[in-house]
Amino acid sequence: MRLQRKDLLGLKDLSAEEIELILETAAPMKEILGRDIKKVPTLRGKLVVTMFYEPSTRTRTSFELAAKYMGADTMSIATATSSVQKGESLRDTARTLAAMGTDAVIIRHSAAGSPALLARTIEASVLNGGDGMHEHPTQALLDMFTIKEKLGGFKGLKVAILGDILHSRVARSNIWGLTKMGAEVRVVGPATLIPPEIENLGVKVYYNAEEALKGVDVINVLRIQRERQKKGLFPSLREYARLYELTPERLKLARPGALVLHPGPMNRGIEIAPAVADGLQAAITEQVTNGVAVRMALLYLLIGGAN
Amino acid sequence: MAILIKGGRVIDPARNLDGRQDILIEGEKITTLAANLEAPAGARVIDAGGMIVTPGLIDMHVHLREPGYEQKETIASGTRAAAAGGFTAVACMANTKPVADSASVIYFIKEKARQEGVVRVYPVGALSKGLEGKEIAEIGDLAAAGAVAISDDGRPVMNALVMRHALEYAKMFNLPVISHCEDEALANDGLMHEGLVATILGLRGIPAAAEEVMVARDLILAELTGGRLHLAHVSTAGSVRLLKEARARGVRVTAEATPHHLCLTDMLVQSYDTSTKVNPPLRPAGDVAAVVAALAAGDIDVIASDHAPHADEDKDVEYDYAPFGMVGLETAVPLVVTELILPGKLTWQQAIKSWTANPARILNIPGGSLVPGGVADVTIIDPDMEKEVDVNEFYSRGHNSPLQGRKLKGWPVLTIVGGRVVMENGKIIEE
Amino acid sequence: MELMVKARIMDADKLRRTLTRIAHEILERNRGTENLVLIGIRRRGVPLAERLQKLIREIEGVEVPLGILDITLYRDDLTTLSVQPVIHRTEIPFNINGKKVVLVDDVLFTGRTLRAALDALIDLGRPQNIQLAVIIDRGHRELPVRADYVGKNVPTSRKEEIAVQLVEIDGVDQVLIRELPEEADVNP
Repeated sequence: MRLQRKDLLGLKDLSAEEIELILETAAPMKEILGRDIKKVPTLRGKLVVTMFYEPSTRTRTSFELAAKYMGADTMSIATATSSVQKGESLRDTARTLAAMGTDAVIIRHSAAGSPALLARTIEASVLNGGDGMHEHPTQALLDMFTIKEKLGGFKGLKVAILGDILHSRVARSNIWGLTKMGAEVRVVGPATLIPPEIENLGVKVYYNAEEALKGVDVINVLRIQRERQKKGLFPSLREYARLYELTPERLKLARPGALVLHPGPMNRGIEIAPAVADGLQAAITEQVTNGVAVRMALLYLLIGGAN
Repeated sequence: MAILIKGGRVIDPARNLDGRQDILIEGEKITTLAANLEAPAGARVIDAGGMIVTPGLIDMHVHLREPGYEQKETIASGTRAAAAGGFTAVACMANTKPVADSASVIYFIKEKARQEGVVRVYPVGALSKGLEGKEIAEIGDLAAAGAVAISDDGRPVMNALVMRHALEYAKMFNLPVISHCEDEALANDGLMHEGLVATILGLRGIPAAAEEVMVARDLILAELTGGRLHLAHVSTAGSVRLLKEARARGVRVTAEATPHHLCLTDMLVQSYDTSTKVNPPLRPAGDVAAVVAALAAGDIDVIASDHAPHADEDKDVEYDYAPFGMVGLETAVPLVVTELILPGKLTWQQAIKSWTANPARILNIPGGSLVPGGVADVTIIDPDMEKEVDVNEFYSRGHNSPLQGRKLKGWPVLTIVGGRVVMENGKIIEE
Repeated sequence: MELMVKARIMDADKLRRTLTRIAHEILERNRGTENLVLIGIRRRGVPLAERLQKLIREIEGVEVPLGILDITLYRDDLTTLSVQPVIHRTEIPFNINGKKVVLVDDVLFTGRTLRAALDALIDLGRPQNIQLAVIIDRGHRELPVRADYVGKNVPTSRKEEIAVQLVEIDGVDQVLIRELPEEADVNP
C-alpha cells in the first residue's frame, strides 16, 4: 500500500486509512533515530528541496534531517527575502527546481494555497510545510503520532486545542486529522481568535479555559504571536495569560496524566507555564523527535517507491 | 447598407414589447419595427428565427484599463470584448493611470474610443482627486467633458464627509454617484468572503458587514443630500435588506449586481484559483439567492459585469498576492441565461431590462430601447447555443475567468452598433 | 495468478529435524553460545529464528538474544516494485558490536535480500562475524553470497517458487515447490 497521491497538501484530503498508514510507517522510522548510524539508503539519489518563504528553523531542519537520514540529497532555498521582492514568481522558481530533477519540494509560505499552486506547476511531490493559516499537515501528524504512542489511539479521546485558533494552521490540520480518527476536539481561545463557523468542522468551541479543559486527555497549546496583540485582537499579553495560560492549576482540570503538546517555540509564562512545559506530562521535546520520524515516513511513502 | 432582422423574438422592456417583430435598419438608425417587413432592394436580411432580439446591451460597470494599464486591457481590446459579449455600450471606471479625475483624461478616453473602439464608451469620472477619497474632483468639468457618472470604484470613499459633498455637488449636474461600498477597516486586508470556506482555506475573510456598513452609510447620506446614489456590485443579503428598506422610504437610489455575484458562490475559491478573487468577494449561496431575488423584484436595477481584466502574470501568483477582479464582458450573457433564466429564477424581460432600459436611464445615455428613428444598437442572442468558455478565445487581454471550461447556453451571436454589424457568431467584424 | 503445487519437499517432521540439525551445527561451529545472537529477517526468518532460539535453549540451557530485522528500507528494487512495501520495525534490543550474528531466513535465492540485510546490520554496528542460516537454498545467485547452514539444497527453475510455510504465519509447517501454469509462460 502507498499513499494514492503525489502531494501532501493538507489533512483535509487524507482518509483515515492514509493517516493510519503514515503513523504506522513512522514507528519503524523512529527506531532508526535511536541508532548510532542514523542513515538508511532508501532514498539514495533522490533530491529533496526545502523552500522556505517564512523563517522556521525547526520545521526546515526537521525535514532536512528526515531526508538525509533516508539517504536523499537535500538542498535548501532560503528565501528570507521573498521571491516577490526579487521579481521571480513562485511558478518560475518551481520550474527551475523541476529542471534540476527535484523529487520532492517542501514549501513553507505565508500565503495559504501556495503549496497547491506549486503542486499544480511541477511533477515533483510537494509537501506542505505550513501555508498561511491553512494547514500544517506534518505538525498535526507528529502531534497525532505522539498521542498514539502515549495513549494508544484516538477513538473517544478528548483533545483540547488552546489559544489562537484563528491564525493557526496547526489547529486546522489537527482538527481534520483528529476528527477523522474519531477523537472529540474542543477549541478554546478568546472570541476574537476563533475563526467563523469553525464548529461546522465538528469541533466544540469554548471561550472559557477551565470549562474546556475539564476531563480532556490531551491539551495542544498553541503559540500566541505578539503581533496579534498589536492588531488589537486581545488587549494585552498579561490578560491573555490570566485567561488562557496553561498553568499547573488548569492542567489539574484535565484527566490525570493528560498529555501536553506544544508545536513550539514556546512563550513561557504567556501561553504555557514553565512548570507545565517542563513537567512530566509534557511531551514537547519528544514531539521534535517524532517530527523527524513522521517526515521520514512521508518521504518514503511519497517518493520511496516506483516513480 | 440596410439590414432587415427577420423573425426574431423582440424583447424591449422599455416599450413593454415581447413578440415576433422585424426590424429594419437604414444607415445608423432604426427606421421601421413591425411584423412581416419586406426587405428593401439590396438590404441584408438576417434570419433571426428562434433568436432573441434586444436593444443593444449596456454594461455600466467595466474597467478598460486605458490609459496606464494597457498590459491588462486597452480601449481597443476591451470594446471588442464588449461587442463579442453582445454589448453595444459600456461605462468605464476612473481607476486608470492617470486617474480619470480631469476633463483631459475623459477627452482622451472618448477620442481613443472613437478611433479604436467598436462599441460606445461612456467614461465615469473620478469622485475624488486621485481616487484618494480626500477632496472631491472637478465634477463640473468632468460632466462637461462627458462623464456620465462619478465614482472612486475600486476603492471605497472612507470619509463620510467627502461622500456627502460628492452627493450634494454631483446633484447639480444630475450625475449619479456610483459607490463601491466597502469599509476598509472591517475588510481588514481580507481575500475572500468571511465564513466557513475561508476558515477551511485559511484565507483572511472579508465579512459581509464590511459592505453593509457602507451601504447603510451611503443610503443615509443619499437621504440627507437628495443626491443620486448608485450602489455598485451589491453582493449580500444584508445590503439587499438595507436597499429595500431605503427604497420603500423613497431614497433616490439605484443598484447593480454582477453576473458572478448572481451566479457563483465562495465554494469556487476552494481551488485557490486566483481568478475567483474579486472585490466584493464571492458570497455563500444564501447571499446569492437574496441578490437574485432583489434583481427579480426590481430592487436591483442593473446587471453590470465589473469586468476587471488583469495580465496573466498578475494573476499567476499566490492567492494573497493576486489583484482583485475577474473578466466578465464575454461571459455575462450566457452565464445569466444558463444560471438564472433557464432555471426560471429570472425572466428574459427582467434580465434584458437590467441590461438596457435601466442602465440607459440611470446614466442618462441614448439607447436602451428599440425606437423607430433611434440609434440602431441591437443585440441578437441565440438562446439554444451551447459551448464551453475558452478564455484563450477572449478578445479581452484578461483571461482571469473562473468559468474556463464551463459549458454555458445562450450566447450572443450578433452585435450591431449604429447600424453596423460589429460582431457576428462571436467574431469581431473590423471596418 | 494461481500457482500449481508441484511437490511437497518437507513436512512438519522434516522441518523440525532440519532445524534441530541446524541448531546443533550453529553450536558446533561457534563452540557454544558465547557472544552468539540470532537475527530473523522479516517475515519468515522471524519464527524460524525463534524456533532455533528454543532449540538452542533445549540443547544448551542458554537463551541466546534474538532480534528482528526489517530490510525494506535497504532493498535495491524499491523503484521497480508496483506495490510499495509496508515498513515494519527492526527490533534488535541489544548491541551487535563484537557479536557472532546468525542471520536466519527461509529461502536463499538471488542473494539480494541478504545483501540488504548485511547493509542493514552493518549500519547497526560491527559484529565479530555474520553467518547465514536458511531452510532452502534454491540456487540462481545474482550476488556472491552463500549460506553457512542450509536445510536443503533444492535445484529449481526460475519459473518455480519455493514456499516455506510455517504454523505461526500460514497455519501449517511444510515446504512446497510451486509453479506457474503453462499458459502464464505464453502470456506473461
